[in-house]
Amino acid sequence: MLVSNLPPINDEQVETLIDDVLEQYGYDFTGYSRASLKRRLSRLYSLDKQVSFAEFRYKIGSDNLYFKRFVEQITVNVTEMFRDPNFYKALRERVLPTLATYPFIRIWLAGCSTGEEAYSMAIVLKELNLLHKSLIYATDINPTVLEKAALGMFPLSQMKQYSENYIASGGKADFSSYYSANYSLAKFDVDLKEKMIFSTHNLVSDHSFNEFQLILCRNVLIYFDRDLQFKVLQLFDNSLENLGFLALGTKETTDFSPISKRYKRLEMEKIWRKTVNEKL
Amino acid sequence: MKNCEALVIGGSAGSLDVLIKVLPSINLDIKFPIIIVLHRKKGTDSLLSDLLSTKTKLKVKEAEEKENILAKTIYIVPSDYHLLFEKDFTFSLDYSEKVNYSRPSIDVTFQSAAEVYKDKLVCLLLSGSNADGVNGLTMVKEFGGEVAVQNPKTAQVDYMPNQAILRVNVDEILDIEQMADYINKLN
Repeated sequence: MLVSNLPPINDEQVETLIDDVLEQYGYDFTGYSRASLKRRLSRLYSLDKQVSFAEFRYKIGSDNLYFKRFVEQITVNVTEMFRDPNFYKALRERVLPTLATYPFIRIWLAGCSTGEEAYSMAIVLKELNLLHKSLIYATDINPTVLEKAALGMFPLSQMKQYSENYIASGGKADFSSYYSANYSLAKFDVDLKEKMIFSTHNLVSDHSFNEFQLILCRNVLIYFDRDLQFKVLQLFDNSLENLGFLALGTKETTDFSPISKRYKRLEMEKIWRKTVNEKL
Repeated sequence: MKNCEALVIGGSAGSLDVLIKVLPSINLDIKFPIIIVLHRKKGTDSLLSDLLSTKTKLKVKEAEEKENILAKTIYIVPSDYHLLFEKDFTFSLDYSEKVNYSRPSIDVTFQSAAEVYKDKLVCLLLSGSNADGVNGLTMVKEFGGEVAVQNPKTAQVDYMPNQAILRVNVDEILDIEQMADYINKLN
């Protein structure tokens, strides 16, 4: 075979596309980790059987519909329900019981992708009898995934894995009681999404829009360079009430960032509590 | 290989035993980092790092995102993430789709290493039951890097090294006993 295994997109082309997209659509990918971005761009180029970089570039720049696909494909949308069960166990046993004393609980799921975490969160809140006084703001850069999230339908084939995750996270109910099977999809109960608000939000360019007691942003910061990570952590800090909780992905941290001194980690899990010394 | 700047070792079923045999004989003055990508269940990271660190005096640690990649250090790719290399010789982690049913995928890490280290890269593929890593080796060769595979006759599961030999112009086919010597001479 004479097929080359070289990546179809080179480093300069990555920069060209980043510049184009910023100029034409206002989407700023300059702070994204290049290795991952290059891989996603090469993947999209191959998936869509592009024949030349010039055509690929032209299509991204001139076809709004294709640009929508571009954003969907170059951002990573892999997620699952009750991902990292121990994390949900910590939420269930330590974080949410603390927040239960509040009259109203505002939660921000930043980078919610197709919504699996939002529904997991709603299930835990419901089981703790907190859902009625909670509001889950689920945001993502990518409007297409939010449309899917709002449907609340996930592949039935995933339910065995999700049910195992749910049980490992301390769930006691029958997981299948939360959805009804609809051909190849599991449709989750509509009352779970009554307290969800889906909205686009770009962590790079959009500002704080509310004050929260809990912010979850898991496996998003790994795609950002250090400067952008710090900027986004600052945004979270501005959006979190004192004594609120910030949850990151298993390989992400507030360490090294300027906000870290205000945050105290709950041992084991990647959950930090904001502790501002009021006397200062 | 002249001036090896990174050695990446990939393996699946049957390759942990190989590492346990090889690590104790690797010299402590190697001038490059060793990055190990092993297929395994998620959530077993500290166990693997702990186990391997009992086999060598070199520093063994899990690769962290944005970390500077240092010589004389053995980095283990965390379970359930792909590991990529940035041009400034730091790591990136990536939680995108599995490749060859695997995350971490050996192909992903080999390919990314090839782009960054080019002809200063050596990749070694060990025992395993799928072909993850083989496409990556092809790219390593295209960028001028060196490619070695475990002798399939010595592998617990020979499919992975066999596929590599079949599809890639490999530079070395190594018995387990030859590996440490090969690695030490990359200096």
